[in-house]
Amino acid sequence: MNSQPSSASAGAVGLRPERLLLGNEAIGRALVECGVTLAASYPGTPASEILAAVVAAAKETGAELHAEWSINEKVAFETALANAMCGRRAAVAMKQVGLNVAADPFFRAAYLGVTGGFLVVAADDPGPHSSQTEQDSRLMALAAQVPVLDPMDPREAREMAGRGLELSERHGVPVMLRPTTRVCHARQNVPLGEVVSLDRPARFVKDPGRWAATPALVRELHRRLQDKLAAIAREAEFAPDFLPGDGRWPGKCIVASGVAAAHALDVLAELNAWGQVDFYRVKMPFPLHQPWEERIRQHYQEILVLEEPGPVIELQLGAGRVTGRAAGAVPGYGELTPEILRPVLAGFLGLAVPEGSAPAAGGVRPSLCAGCGHRGVFYALRETFPHGIFPSDIGCYTLGVNLQAVDTCHCMGAGISQAAGFYHAYAAGGDFPPIVATIGDSTFYHAGIPALINAVFHRARFLLVILDNQTTAMTGHQPTPAVGVTAQGRPATPVALPELIQACGVKFLREVEAYDLPELTRILTEADQFCRSPEGGVAVIIARHPCLLTPEGQRQLRYRVRVTETCVGCRHCLEAFECRGLRWEESEGRAAIDPVVCVGCGVCVHVCPAGAIEAEAGG
Amino acid sequence: MRQQIIVSGLGGQGAVTLTRWLGEAALALGWPVLTSETHGMAQRGGTVISMVKVGGYHGPLIPWGAADVGLFLARDNLRVHGGYVRPGGVAVVNTVEPGPYQGIDALGLALAQGLKPVAANLVLLGYAAGRRVLFCAAEVLEGVIRSMTPPRFREDSLRAFGAGLAAAREAGG
Repeated sequence: MNSQPSSASAGAVGLRPERLLLGNEAIGRALVECGVTLAASYPGTPASEILAAVVAAAKETGAELHAEWSINEKVAFETALANAMCGRRAAVAMKQVGLNVAADPFFRAAYLGVTGGFLVVAADDPGPHSSQTEQDSRLMALAAQVPVLDPMDPREAREMAGRGLELSERHGVPVMLRPTTRVCHARQNVPLGEVVSLDRPARFVKDPGRWAATPALVRELHRRLQDKLAAIAREAEFAPDFLPGDGRWPGKCIVASGVAAAHALDVLAELNAWGQVDFYRVKMPFPLHQPWEERIRQHYQEILVLEEPGPVIELQLGAGRVTGRAAGAVPGYGELTPEILRPVLAGFLGLAVPEGSAPAAGGVRPSLCAGCGHRGVFYALRETFPHGIFPSDIGCYTLGVNLQAVDTCHCMGAGISQAAGFYHAYAAGGDFPPIVATIGDSTFYHAGIPALINAVFHRARFLLVILDNQTTAMTGHQPTPAVGVTAQGRPATPVALPELIQACGVKFLREVEAYDLPELTRILTEADQFCRSPEGGVAVIIARHPCLLTPEGQRQLRYRVRVTETCVGCRHCLEAFECRGLRWEESEGRAAIDPVVCVGCGVCVHVCPAGAIEAEAGG
Repeated sequence: MRQQIIVSGLGGQGAVTLTRWLGEAALALGWPVLTSETHGMAQRGGTVISMVKVGGYHGPLIPWGAADVGLFLARDNLRVHGGYVRPGGVAVVNTVEPGPYQGIDALGLALAQGLKPVAANLVLLGYAAGRRVLFCAAEVLEGVIRSMTPPRFREDSLRAFGAGLAAAREAGG
């Protein structure tokens, strides 16, 4: 069934010392157990489940805290940071590209530090599975000079969340916890702990030389930060784990970190080489444990480093005797799966490379759900503007690429700025093509607003369609600021899209039901005319339809849809509309409805050029 | 006890839930367990794979050619994920087509019970449990589903699981 198991019923199974937790749930639980009083996040795979787990654990244990889905990662970071400037414990969670958004406060936070505990959870996505880059947040930590912990599995992620907060408090610095997809989205039997209530009232001690440090004071703060890092590099608690070999490979050792270490251990067992070669598992990739670093430099002639996704430990250890992703012994991109590690480890140990092939590529590409309100919008864009340029953004609607109505997907909010940039590029030569940006509601709040103000101010001329499904769909349906409810289910002050857009200076704004293709098409044409009129500028259309995966979407009217004999077999519906509810019936030489997939939205009725698709109520 | 299981399907077919129940069954039996799931964009109808490793493993991924059991919610996925199942391993497949696997019309049985198409996942699980290819007895899984499914879906889930179990009995499992 598609019903997600509820944590409440999980508790009802009985008092067990362990629970089967997702890595993200283990992290969220740990934050509550460790007395975090403020947790903030913006959803993004693979980090999305952390904040929901904080909320669930607080509810279950009665812990008092403030948890929020912030408007973006920068805001989340700064909000949580202030809590840790009041002597309290705070955490912020995001995916790796979210840390790019929060990079500005992140870098300065290292210099200024905190008076409580501050854990920055940045989840990386080697592969990548659901991201626009394969970047390494540990490198960001190194660049910002923030200590970073690299858990190998959900159990360790839970433990490191607590140790990271303690480390942060001991030295007054932010600490990063860097899980990867295979930790975030692995489940494991994880022990539960008691909630520690720290009972620390907020106490912000004014210190302008620190909290408002001018450049003249920053140099001294930088020096102090380096002293702190030198002390952290000597903390025995974060020295690598050592699994000694039996001496048959003197001078060789393996250094591994994160889930790559876990997979390397499994592969060594498979190669019957477990316990034969010296194996160090790094827990803190920056700063590296200094006594350990000195020891391995003295002891080994060949050091193989296994880490994801970048060569962070390898680069710190330096070239020469050290090999890994930078030196070429390990592929420099992609995930370190067991299949990749097998020949790498066998090669390093001089063992015969076992036979084995890699998983095949291919399979079915993702597609907008049957009945998704976005599909009709993309179809209408293509039909209305066959020669249009379509910048888009990050979300489920990136799948509009399947309907040839998404030409760009860059980073959160970029579609709007790119639309303005395309306009200025073409307008320089005179005429400009129709430019239509699409962006989801949550993404618009996240990073679209400054882009829109900038475009309006600089008199760019393009259409912006906000695909408003009233939720953050791709990452698991977190509420947007338009919904009057917080992450904790508490009442909030809604910030509605139309007023916001008008306040950005937009002079053309229409709202339309996304299923209503005739009306949508009429508005698109009207918007294009406005855009090109003497007083024209950015035209904004809010196309609304609730996500079908939400309770509201589930309740919608369902039509009985069928393809009649008048179908001429032109395949227009299959190719231009790309809905899995429509299929080709080979025996009859025409399109047909797949009753298992079709949700009866009835939008395809408007798509058939022969009028062969019919919908009647009560399906 | 050590067993490696892959669950292969399309986003929305309930592979994550099926994986969760297998993990919970291992936990109920007191065995260490690691699972791996697909989240994010691929969940929108794309090919997905989940993994379950019961026993003393460190990493959550099953190497190609090492799974003891493959549960396939979509037969076409055999093309991309069939090779995860080791020689001598068992593939249990939701299909009406005969082939070199244990086939079961899980979708047909779910619809015949008046259940939603997604319930095919639990029919397939019931069938695999009934054919005794899993690390745990059917009763353990049934107990997990009974105690952990939210009340409004509980009866339908148990009916789907029971239909798979009954089909296995008929097939001589």
